[in-house]
Amino acid sequence: MKLQNAIAAAAILSFAGTMGFAQTDNELTVEGQLISTEAAAPAHMENVGTVYSGWRFRSEETQAMQTDDFDNSGFVFVDDGLALMASVDGSEGKSCASCHEDAEEFAGLKAQMPRVNDSGELETLEDLVNTCRTERMGAEPWKYNGSQMAAVTAVIGLQSRGMPVDVAIDGAAESFWERGKDLYYARVGQLDLSCANCHEDNYGTMIRADHLSQGQINGFPTYRLKNAKLNTVHSRFSGCMKNVRAEPYAIGSDEFKALELYLASRGTGLSVETPSIRN
Amino acid sequence: MAENVRPRVRVPKTAAAGEVITIKSLISHKMESGQRKDGDGNVIPRSIINRFVCAFNGETVIDVTLEAAVSTNPFFEFEAVVPEAGDFSFTWYDDDGSVYEETKSVAIA
Repeated sequence: MKLQNAIAAAAILSFAGTMGFAQTDNELTVEGQLISTEAAAPAHMENVGTVYSGWRFRSEETQAMQTDDFDNSGFVFVDDGLALMASVDGSEGKSCASCHEDAEEFAGLKAQMPRVNDSGELETLEDLVNTCRTERMGAEPWKYNGSQMAAVTAVIGLQSRGMPVDVAIDGAAESFWERGKDLYYARVGQLDLSCANCHEDNYGTMIRADHLSQGQINGFPTYRLKNAKLNTVHSRFSGCMKNVRAEPYAIGSDEFKALELYLASRGTGLSVETPSIRN
Repeated sequence: MAENVRPRVRVPKTAAAGEVITIKSLISHKMESGQRKDGDGNVIPRSIINRFVCAFNGETVIDVTLEAAVSTNPFFEFEAVVPEAGDFSFTWYDDDGSVYEETKSVAIA
């Protein structure tokens, strides 16, 4: 009898250890809008049953910051982004707002990015912004993961907040998606780890003092407490690769874009949370 | 004037007479401490918000002295009693002499 109790206790402990979610309330509402932080995993994910937003793995204090747009420090940068979009730049004398009067017209865009364009290239939100800048505004392209790019993509992403991630992975996108999947499962670096080793096999457990998340990208660009600014998804990939002592691919490279597409597809059904708060 | 300084406050639009309301304020500011050096070893001059004042109809609610250790984008959340309808004024004083102001009205419901 005693032994049975011990086993039951051990089972409960290990269950708690695996789940490891910090919050008791799983519902995230932002400014009264319900945000889906979990969804049934898409059919192509063989090893995961349910996908969870990174919000679910954060501490209560961090989670609370995201429930109120005034407390959400990402909005400092959203305001910067709105100011940038209204300011004229380049030889054509145009600003973003010259064509896109109201940022609300971008509703739904973030949920579908990255996508394959008419010339068969995989393009990200950052590519769209820089194409506009170079071809229509006659301006210098922004640094792919710079502060201006992060701020403007946060404004565009915010318009889709609450909408489910839904990227196309078939047809023209399939080859890019396959490449992203290969990268996700490829072991790299001196630590010889793939993305899956941490974010698929061990999410919910501790990595030193922090909870490992599923590595979802539905909240990017995300405000990180560690550097007090908005972080783009490619910067995050780069940071992850450095953590496993690998040589990161270039920011804005085809490899990272393919990985971005694959990761976005792993978050199908989760709400866009841009700009989210993470540690 | 430091770049991209944008004050913002959140005050309820209405309150009952005598009600205690929560006020949140944030100003985007780099809060350069004066302790750091640039790539050439020169000290980056201090540039911070050194004082924050909130007043209601001219009466001081809080008056804060900020020091160099306060981090970027200072955020203040505090409570105030609203005895009557009126205006909350918020004032931030920058090291460089700039003063940033914001006003919010509260009506009695």
